[in-house]
Amino acid sequence: MSEYNFAYLDEQTKRMIRRAILKGLAVPGYQVPFASREMPMPYGWGTGGVQVSAATLTPEDTLKVIDQGADDTTNAISIRRFFQKTADVEVTERTTEASVIQTRHRIPETELKEGQILVYQVPIPEPLRFLEPSEVETRKMHALEEYGLMHVKLYEDISIHGAIATSYAYPVKVEGRYLMDPSPIPKFDNPKMEMAAIQLFGAGREQRIYALPPYTRVVSLDFEDHPFDPGRADHACELCGAENSYLDEVIVNDRGERMFVCSDTDFCESRLNGNGEGGA
Amino acid sequence: MYVAVKGGEKAIENAHLWLAEERRGDPAVPELGIGQISEQLALAVNRVMAEGSLFDPELAALAIKQSRGDLIEAVFLIRAYRTTLPRFGASLPIETGQMSCVRRISATFKDAPGGQVLGPTFDYTHRLLDFKLAADGFVGEAEQSETPLSDDIPHIAGYLNSEGLIQDEPETDVEPGDLTREPLELPASRDIRLQSLARGDEGFVLGMAYSTQRGYARNHAFVGELRIGRVAVEMDIPELGFSIEIGEIEVTECETVNQFRGSKVEPPQFTRGYGLVMGQSERKSIAMALVDRALRWRELGEDYLGAPVQDEEFVLHHADSIQATGFLEHIKLPHYVDFQSELELVRKLRREAGRNHRPREAAV
Amino acid sequence: MSELALQGGFNSPPEDAARAFRSIMGAMAHPGRIFGIKGVNPPAPMSVAMGTIALVLCDADTPLALMPSLDTVEVRSWITFQTGAPITAAGRAMFALGQWREMLPLGRFNRGEAEYPDRSATLIAECETLKNSGLALRGPGIRDVARLSLANLPAFQENAAQFPLGVDFLFCSGTQIAGVPRTTRISEV
Repeated sequence: MSEYNFAYLDEQTKRMIRRAILKGLAVPGYQVPFASREMPMPYGWGTGGVQVSAATLTPEDTLKVIDQGADDTTNAISIRRFFQKTADVEVTERTTEASVIQTRHRIPETELKEGQILVYQVPIPEPLRFLEPSEVETRKMHALEEYGLMHVKLYEDISIHGAIATSYAYPVKVEGRYLMDPSPIPKFDNPKMEMAAIQLFGAGREQRIYALPPYTRVVSLDFEDHPFDPGRADHACELCGAENSYLDEVIVNDRGERMFVCSDTDFCESRLNGNGEGGA
Repeated sequence: MYVAVKGGEKAIENAHLWLAEERRGDPAVPELGIGQISEQLALAVNRVMAEGSLFDPELAALAIKQSRGDLIEAVFLIRAYRTTLPRFGASLPIETGQMSCVRRISATFKDAPGGQVLGPTFDYTHRLLDFKLAADGFVGEAEQSETPLSDDIPHIAGYLNSEGLIQDEPETDVEPGDLTREPLELPASRDIRLQSLARGDEGFVLGMAYSTQRGYARNHAFVGELRIGRVAVEMDIPELGFSIEIGEIEVTECETVNQFRGSKVEPPQFTRGYGLVMGQSERKSIAMALVDRALRWRELGEDYLGAPVQDEEFVLHHADSIQATGFLEHIKLPHYVDFQSELELVRKLRREAGRNHRPREAAV
Repeated sequence: MSELALQGGFNSPPEDAARAFRSIMGAMAHPGRIFGIKGVNPPAPMSVAMGTIALVLCDADTPLALMPSLDTVEVRSWITFQTGAPITAAGRAMFALGQWREMLPLGRFNRGEAEYPDRSATLIAECETLKNSGLALRGPGIRDVARLSLANLPAFQENAAQFPLGVDFLFCSGTQIAGVPRTTRISEV
């Protein structure tokens, strides 16, 4: 693919994205509009994350791409191959070896370190969108820090269901100011968002970039009498025995019998091979 | 023991090879040439150019071939290619008054300077399958007029304007925005709305336009003028100090004349909607003009009637087929992590509910 | 245009700019931490760090203000040729280049709007030295506390008090940079 620039995007586009990333880091949790480009993969399939990664990668980087926590899901493979071709970067499945990790729907179980960058693919960046469809209105709400609508929704959940009925893309408040959508990660992953790595969020179709510098305060919304509950299947991984990882439920035979295994394939394999960092 | 499925890489590769095979179809049937597509499926090519925002019939034809005739997929290929093209500058506004028209009609006047030119239209054809086409295809030759059409045909709206009966559209030097370079900001200006509609999915724009005709923010449109033809594209060359013609493109332009009883801010007069689409794209340009007119309610001091077509955010956010198809089809991607957390939640809520309510039937 | 203007850009723009951006991003994500940056040789008195930042971030879409010490024929023509950025007044600039003391008062720069706090200026300021001593920095990107040799504490405090509005800073010295976004709370101790 030598007819394309390093990491596919032209330099002007990268500058535009890089400026948006910096403003995103300067105002954590605020969604910076950016002129998302049409990528050679479909909107909704990670174009935002891909553009952020493309503007971030250097030739020396080692890239890991996961979807649902797994490196070998088809879209993760497709994105990883795209960057192997266009940026000629090293790739890895090991969380500890990666300098840039692009993810869809999960945060790795292994704690990320300083110097690492986690790039999220985001479908709908606006946490208020399903409560208020108008962009003009939600922009005003963020400007005025008017988040009552979200609290009312969560409280209605409690009064109807006895619990907050949001299990993924669970809204967070960043540094006590901006309400932010963490992308559709399970709420189990929310507490990990206070981390040492840089977190960048790219929403291509919706043309937004946002960011969290390391150690930024990220609080999942809750109520005093209904504290946030990360939730998790009440099992241990049936492969590696981990009791602290997020689990996939797999149907193993046509009698519908289930087994529970780690969704983070690298974490699980590392533990099985005895060189895991996660510990049980 | 359970082992997680591996081998996605191989599967992707094979799927792509299979796709290539399917695209070619039966090798006993001659392969389609790009020229055959651009010449004989020109309206498909036009649609791909219009929604792809790139005037290049050969590339559009290639995209149609590669996409097996899936036009949205072809538009996608063109858009992705277009992103990688360097930008040398912007052209001057095209002068549609100096179009060399192949078609030009007005529904509001029986005749007008420049004349009614029917051109190569499906209008008034009887939609009967022509089985002769299946056999050979040659269907005769149209007679050519001895006096060629003028390249300087005035716009119909100009005649109404000189009488002060139609809303004035003053010329402006403001450079239009560009959706492909700037993120969409709302409320959007008219230039951005028009760009969005010109790139928008023909089916979506058609449906929106149709809704106005059926009473959702009805705006009583007449086709003041519809013209199709080629216009010169000129560019200022700073080093030369003048502009030069860099090429020609075919466009379809539609201006509607809409009835208007006046509002608090505007006197009774005719108002306008505007459509301009690359290539011969008649249906799209008319639809675009109707939607444009509906979106101008605020500027004209009309009431917001809650019609979808008046809601700029609704129209602009959903007109683009590439955005829509990508997001729609992304639900094919694995979502099992989120689904798992929903499973846990539903189980938990059912446990809670079970504690709070007596079961309707006794448990076995 | 002087020949100087044509020189001093990146050798290999896509790769060099990518590496330099990572330093800039690191600086903005870790306020107060000092990062090395290079790749560009701008005309004096602009530092390598400042010239590199300008080429990584500025182009025809980013109006740029030059403070008096940098508003020379050489710097102007270099910036114009290398980036295409229109040179403009402080109030309209997305980026401003100059000595830190020339930037004051900060009120003349764009601090963004309530609905678009990202539309604020980024000030790229030259200082004599950058050391991890002096004022105490706290906030996002800093685990406990960071220290940076900064002057004019009140200007930072006033800027931070406007949050989420405010300008953001990249400080340069030779081939070093450090970032101070508007979220950083700065004090003597």
